[in-house]
Amino acid sequence: MQLWLIPVLPLAGFLINGLFGRRFSKGAVNAVAIGSVALSFAWVLKTILALSPLAGAYSEHYFTWIRSGIVNIGCDLAVDRLTIVMLLVVTGVGAVIHVYSIGYMAHEGGYYRFFAFLNLFMFFMLVLVLASNYLVMFVGWEGVGLCSYLLIGFYFDKKFATDAGNKAFIVNRIGDFGFSLAMFYMVKNFGSLDFATVFKQAPGAPEATLTIIGLLLMLGACGKSAQLPLYVWLPDAMAGPTPVSALIHAATMVTAGVYMTARSWAIYAHAPAAAETVAIIGIATAFFAATIGLAQNDIKKVFAYSTVSQLGYMFLGVGCGAFSAGIYHLVTHAFFKALLFLGAGSVIHALSGEQDLRNMGGLRKKTPWTFWTMMCAAVAIAGVPPFAGFFSKDAILLAAHHYAPWMYWLGTITAGMTAFYVFRAMFLAFFGEYRGHEHPHESPPVMLVPLAVLALLSIGGGFALHVPEFLGTAGGEEDRALMAISTAAGVMGIALAWLMYVAKPALAESFAASMRGLYTLVYNKYFVDEIYGAAVVNPLVGGSRAVLWKGVDVGLIDGAANGVGARARNIGSILRLMQSGNIRSYATWVLFGSVVLIVAMGIVGGLR
Amino acid sequence: MDVILFLIFAIIAVVCAINVVVQTHPISSAISLVGVMGSLAVLYLLLGAEFIAAAQVIVYAGAIMVLFVFVIMLLNAGAESKHGRSLVAQLLGAPLLVALLGLLAYFVERLYPRGVSVRFGGFTHGTPLDIGRALFTTYLLPFEATSILILIAIVGAIVLAWKEID
Amino acid sequence: MTEVPISWFLTLSAVLFVLGVAGFVFRRSVVTVFMSIELMLNAVNLSFVTFSYQLQQVNGHLFAFFVMVVAAAEAAVGLAIILTVFKNRATLNIDDVDSMKN
Repeated sequence: MQLWLIPVLPLAGFLINGLFGRRFSKGAVNAVAIGSVALSFAWVLKTILALSPLAGAYSEHYFTWIRSGIVNIGCDLAVDRLTIVMLLVVTGVGAVIHVYSIGYMAHEGGYYRFFAFLNLFMFFMLVLVLASNYLVMFVGWEGVGLCSYLLIGFYFDKKFATDAGNKAFIVNRIGDFGFSLAMFYMVKNFGSLDFATVFKQAPGAPEATLTIIGLLLMLGACGKSAQLPLYVWLPDAMAGPTPVSALIHAATMVTAGVYMTARSWAIYAHAPAAAETVAIIGIATAFFAATIGLAQNDIKKVFAYSTVSQLGYMFLGVGCGAFSAGIYHLVTHAFFKALLFLGAGSVIHALSGEQDLRNMGGLRKKTPWTFWTMMCAAVAIAGVPPFAGFFSKDAILLAAHHYAPWMYWLGTITAGMTAFYVFRAMFLAFFGEYRGHEHPHESPPVMLVPLAVLALLSIGGGFALHVPEFLGTAGGEEDRALMAISTAAGVMGIALAWLMYVAKPALAESFAASMRGLYTLVYNKYFVDEIYGAAVVNPLVGGSRAVLWKGVDVGLIDGAANGVGARARNIGSILRLMQSGNIRSYATWVLFGSVVLIVAMGIVGGLR
Repeated sequence: MDVILFLIFAIIAVVCAINVVVQTHPISSAISLVGVMGSLAVLYLLLGAEFIAAAQVIVYAGAIMVLFVFVIMLLNAGAESKHGRSLVAQLLGAPLLVALLGLLAYFVERLYPRGVSVRFGGFTHGTPLDIGRALFTTYLLPFEATSILILIAIVGAIVLAWKEID
Repeated sequence: MTEVPISWFLTLSAVLFVLGVAGFVFRRSVVTVFMSIELMLNAVNLSFVTFSYQLQQVNGHLFAFFVMVVAAAEAAVGLAIILTVFKNRATLNIDDVDSMKN
C-alpha cells in the first residue's frame, strides 16, 4: 500500500525547496510545494479507495528502530478509520492553505523558505497521524513543534516574532516532558509502546497505572493543544504569517493533542479519574479563553483565543467519553477556523497590514467575497443550524449533559460568548464606517478560491460527513430541548453583538467604562503572562544565572580546570627548589632514597 | 692467627679511610687511600683471592692512585677552602649516614649470625688459572666490552685534556 | 678461634662504604670527592670477594675484577673532566659548580 509515500512526498518537497529553492522561480517553488501536498492528498484518497471498507487497522512495518532489552520499537505506519479522518483533514485543508499562501506571501521575503517549512510541517504532521506506536508519534509531535517554532519566527528580524517562537517551543517542551514520562511508564508497565499492544493490555491493568499514564498524556496534550495552564503560547504565535496561524494553530498541529487523546481512548475508558480531569480542563479552558476573547482588539488574537476555547470543547467531548464527538468537532473546527484565519489574512492583506479592529469597518462593500465567506464561518462557529458547527458542538454538549449537567450549562454559556465575540469581530470589521487610512482592495483569486472551498465545507460539512457514524459510534439520542437551549444561546450572542456594535455603538463604550476593573482584567488576559513571568520565568532565569552559571559553571567547573593548572604550577615551583645545582645536596637526596629503599626491601622481605 | 691478621688490617683500613675523609689537603687523602687499598689486598689474600689481591695492588694502588697524585700535583690543589655550603647535606647528611650504617649492619647480623667462617686456605679457586678460565669462557662478552670501554676512556681522556698539553 | 666469621668482613665493607659516602657528602674539594668514590668502590669489591668465598665460586672475583677495570676507566675520564673544569672555572670547590641550578 506504500503508506510511507503519504508523509514522504511533502518531505521531498521540503528537501527540494529547501536546498534549491533559492534558485527557483516563484512558479517552480509553487509547483514543488503544492504539487507534493496535492500528490499526498491524492495518495490518501487512493489508500481510502483501496482499503475500504476499512473495519480494523491496516499497518505496514518498515524496519526495527530500537531493540534493547524488552523494548522493541519499529518504524510502523498504520491506518484505521480515525487515521483516515485525520489524514483527509491534514492533507485536504493543508493543500487549500498552500494555495492560499501563494497569494498571501507573494510580496514577502524568504518565499521558498516559507514553503519549505510548510512542507516539512506536513511531513511531521502526517508522521504523527500515521504512527502506530507512541514513539513514532512522538517524533512527529516534536517535529511539528519544531516547525511551529520555525514558522512563528519566520520574520526572524522582528524580536517579538522570535520571542513568540521561543515561547511556543519552550512551553511545548513542558508538555512533551509529560508525554515522555507517560511513554516511560508505559514501557515499564506494558513492555511496549505499540498502540495495539498497549490497548490490548489496558483493560487488565490496574487503574492507578492507567490514571497516571492518562494524566501524563494529558499534560503533553495541554502543551501541544494550548489548554490550561500551557495555553500562553498560542496567542503570541499569531506573530507568524496568517497561513501559518490557519494551518498550524487552528486546523492541524493544535489538534494533535485531541487526536492523541482520542487515539488513547482505551486508556481513558478504564481510568475515569483521568478522563474527568481531561473534561474539566477542557471546559475550564473553553470558558476562560472565551472571556478573554471578548475584549481583544487584534483580529488574529480574537481568533486565537477562540481556537483555545474550541480546543477546550474538543477535550470536553473526549473527556466525557464521546470520543467521536470530539473528533467531529475537530474536523468542523478545522474548516471554519481555518476559514476565519484565512479571511482575517485577506482583510489584513486588503488593508496592507492593519490588524486592529478599531481601525477597520465598512469592508463589506470593499471586499465582498471575503465578507460572505467569513460570514459562513462565523455562523458555523456560532452553532447556528444547519451549519457544520451546530452538529459537532451539539454532539459534545449532549454528551456533557449526560456526564455532568454543570458542564453542559457552562458549555452553553461559552457557546453564547463564542457567538458574541466572533460576531463582534465581524461587525467591527465589515459594518459601519471605515475608520482607517488605507485603501482597501479585494484579494486576488488565488486567495479567494480557497476561502470559497472552505466556506462550502463549513456550510455543508455537517450533512455530508457523518463522522460519528464513520467512527463507529452512532449519534446519541437527540434531546430537542437541550439543542434548542444551546442554539438559543448562540443566537442571543449574535443579537447582543449586533446591538452593541451595529445598532448602538456607544453602548459598547459605556458598558466597558462601567465595568472598568473587570474589563481591564479581561483585556490584559488576566495578567497570566505577567504572573508566569514573575513566578516561574524570572526566578528560573535569575537562579540559573546566579547559581548555575556563576556558581557552577564559572566557579566549580572553570575553577576546577583552572585550579588543576594552578596547583600543578604550585607543586612545580615547590619541587623546583630541589634543583639547586649543588652536587652535595643531590648526593644527600640519593642517600636518602637509598636508605628508604633498603628499609622498604627489608619490610617487604619480612625481616622486621 | 687469621683473626689477628684480620683485625690488624681491618683497623688499618678503617683508620686510613677515616683519614681520607678527614684530611684537608688532598694529597694526604690520596696517601691514606693507598693505605686502605693495601690493607684490602691483604684481606683479599685471607679470602683466597690471590689474583684479585695482586690486581688490587698493581692496578688500583699502583696505577689509579698514582694518577690521582699526578693530577693533584698538576692542579696544585691546596687545602680545602671553607666557603660554599649545602644546607641539605649538613642537615640530613649525618643522620642518614648513621641510619645507613645501622641498617646494613643490622641486616648483616640477621642474615649471617654465625654461618660460614673464613680461614686462610678455605677457598682455593682464586688462582689466575681459574680466573682466566672463567674470564675467557663465561665472561667473554663482558671482557670484550670492557676492553672497548677502556679504549673509549683513553680516547676521551686525551680529548678532554688535549688543550692542556699545548 | 682461628676463623673469622664472615659477617665481620661484610660489616667492614659496610663501614668502608659509609665512610666513602660521608666523604662524598661532606667534603668540598672535587678531588677528595673522587677519592671517596674510589673508597666506595673498594668496599663493594670486598663484599664481592667475600660472597664469592661464601658461595665457593670464582664469579665474585670476576665481578671485582671488572669493577676495578671500570674504576680505572672512570678515574681517567673523571680526572680529565676535573682538569677541564679547573681550567674553566679556576676553582676546585664543588659548591661552585652549580650552573645546573633551577
